[in-house]
Amino acid sequence: MSGSANNVETLANQEYKWGFVTDIEADAIPRGLSEDVVRLISAKKDEPSWLLEWRLRAFRLWQSMAEPVWSNVHYPKIDYQNIIYYAAPKSKSDAPKSFDEIDPQLLDTYEKLGIPLKEQEMLAGIAVDAVFDSVSVATTFKDKLKAMGIIFGSFSEGVREHPELVRKYLGAVVPRGDNYFAALNSAVFSDGSFCYVPKGVHCPMELSTYFRINAKDTGQFERTLLIADEGAIVSYLEGCTAPMRDTNQLHAAVVELVALEGAQIKYSTVQNWYPGDKEGKGGIYNFVTKRGSCAANAKISWTQVETGSAITWKYPSCLLIGDNSVGEFYSVALTNSYQQADTGTKMVHIGKNTKSTIVSKGISAGHGRNTYRGAVKIMQSATGARNFSQCDSMLLGDLCEAHTFPSIEVKNKSSQVEHEASTSKIGEDQIFYCRQRGISAEDAVSMIVNGFCKEVFRELPMEFAVEAQKLLGVSLEGSVG
Amino acid sequence: MALLEINDLFARVGDREILKGINITVGPGEVHAIMGPNGSGKSTLSQVLAGRDSYVVTRGEVRYDGQDLLRMPAEDRARKGIYLAFQYPVEIPGISNLYFLKAAVNAGRRDRGLPEVDAMDFLNLIAEKLALMEMDEALLGRAVNVGFSGGEKKRNEIFHMAVLEPKLAILDETDSGLDVDALKLVASGVNKLRSAQRSLIVITHYQRLLEYIVPDFVHVLAGGRIVKSGGKELAHELERSGYAGLGIDDAEEAVASV
Repeated sequence: MSGSANNVETLANQEYKWGFVTDIEADAIPRGLSEDVVRLISAKKDEPSWLLEWRLRAFRLWQSMAEPVWSNVHYPKIDYQNIIYYAAPKSKSDAPKSFDEIDPQLLDTYEKLGIPLKEQEMLAGIAVDAVFDSVSVATTFKDKLKAMGIIFGSFSEGVREHPELVRKYLGAVVPRGDNYFAALNSAVFSDGSFCYVPKGVHCPMELSTYFRINAKDTGQFERTLLIADEGAIVSYLEGCTAPMRDTNQLHAAVVELVALEGAQIKYSTVQNWYPGDKEGKGGIYNFVTKRGSCAANAKISWTQVETGSAITWKYPSCLLIGDNSVGEFYSVALTNSYQQADTGTKMVHIGKNTKSTIVSKGISAGHGRNTYRGAVKIMQSATGARNFSQCDSMLLGDLCEAHTFPSIEVKNKSSQVEHEASTSKIGEDQIFYCRQRGISAEDAVSMIVNGFCKEVFRELPMEFAVEAQKLLGVSLEGSVG
Repeated sequence: MALLEINDLFARVGDREILKGINITVGPGEVHAIMGPNGSGKSTLSQVLAGRDSYVVTRGEVRYDGQDLLRMPAEDRARKGIYLAFQYPVEIPGISNLYFLKAAVNAGRRDRGLPEVDAMDFLNLIAEKLALMEMDEALLGRAVNVGFSGGEKKRNEIFHMAVLEPKLAILDETDSGLDVDALKLVASGVNKLRSAQRSLIVITHYQRLLEYIVPDFVHVLAGGRIVKSGGKELAHELERSGYAGLGIDDAEEAVASV
């Protein structure tokens, strides 16, 4: 049996494809976190005093909090005083105004990642706000969006140019003290994206951001705020890869979505950060807080494909406050080698006739540990609320783990809640059966896994769906045979 | 020229030597039955021929269509016309039976340098084979073998065989777990697939299946060796006197008689 059993495990052995470090001098501040560091970050970004005050209050909250221990992931204790909290590329003293001004080496990095901005500029339908380390360096399609009144750019720009919007909504969905990592982010966030779609406007293109962690030992603290005003419609794509490292990197992002009355937001993520090597060394620690709030008749749809990171801790959630609002969560989470993911969603039904759908697909291979954690809360006010949850796990080989922790809390008798769950195992028997029909082991795995995930993939925008399928293939190559 | 020549084949699983010198020659269009008690090595022989990695050949050679079969990975053997109807067909969640077959057909076509099968041609082929095998169309849309009854699984194996049109099909205890009606249906499907271009190896414990699929040759396997070969009358002889009549200890019969 040994030959085949080995094959099952070797699917986990694909080297991280995007492992490289771009040699650009980074403008970093000393390690560690204190009020002075928070002040320094704020000063470097030339922020207004209200924002500094906001950060400092978050920092004080964070100091009073303890790192959560309830999740089903295990990692060595993080030394928060040994992390650099801010780094900005300083190849130019002024922010570049066009692609011509951008460091060619940086553009080259994107080329290696397969997302050349030059081509993207010409590609119809995608505006890219590229985040390299912590400061946004390029934004495209701005003019076209501007003509429609859509604001899309870096978070810092948002603070500078639209302080009234940022001030009104920052922390409105994820309060500073929401959780340990959100508080940390609120204190030290460096940059991210800011987007506002005005009343009744349908954003004509998919908005896209590529995140990338680069400077060594630098935590990445993205902050994204997306507001869809009444009746607005917007689709946002977020994708990321990171270079190879052997020290763990902390990442604690916060994403806030505000869908006002009748607005629709679709937020799609493909996450492929460095997962660590075959022995589980290195890799990104990804602690993310993502949440959206829906006013009446609004809809928020989260779709995520999580294949990277050593640790993933992430629960994109919806607060269904307004009547008839809709929340959706579609997720594929893959853990291979020694990756651990604890991910899921929270749907809080507050308004009448609110609806939510949860479709979660967890894939574990190698020594991967995959946990679905979900909460459906139907509050007393949520008359006629409905939820449907489907939670499926697939195990590849017999050294991996799948766990599910669904929680359902219902306080209104007129609501309907459904929960379905399944677990399937793909082992040497299935692979041999496919091979006996002429289908190679790798094609078999990719066919089985893509079939398993199709309900989620079809929620992704076209180009992302293709990328996601490739990513799963790459992430599982060689791990089942 | 023989389609399949097995010469002095020894194989083991883990530390256990199971096949201890098998010799069988199968000509084009011939139907060979391999009978034997439990533990005699019948299933091991089918797995070795299909190319399962966990079965290690320690001696001997197998030539298939003029080629050294043992050097070919399992998927290549399948693409070149070797088909195994599994004793325990495997469930594959998430992949419809139809999609699975299309992938299998295309894998074979790629191997022969042909383009992928045209969608309409494929559906016509499927419709034709469904009718031939009298299969329920509903099984096409369901995940491969998931939630199929025992009989449905076995018939699905024969349906796959009909679609893939192999040169050599190995039926590994296709009769096990079937009642007599299901057995007749499966056998009738197999008989429709008999042709001068297709050889069959029918592996079974009981003579019953061979009443419906009448073999040209019968081999009795015991202790990892062919102990007797003959025509179809050998199966009847076994039916009358049991394996014990050939001096073979049959664990299952022993258990049954307790």
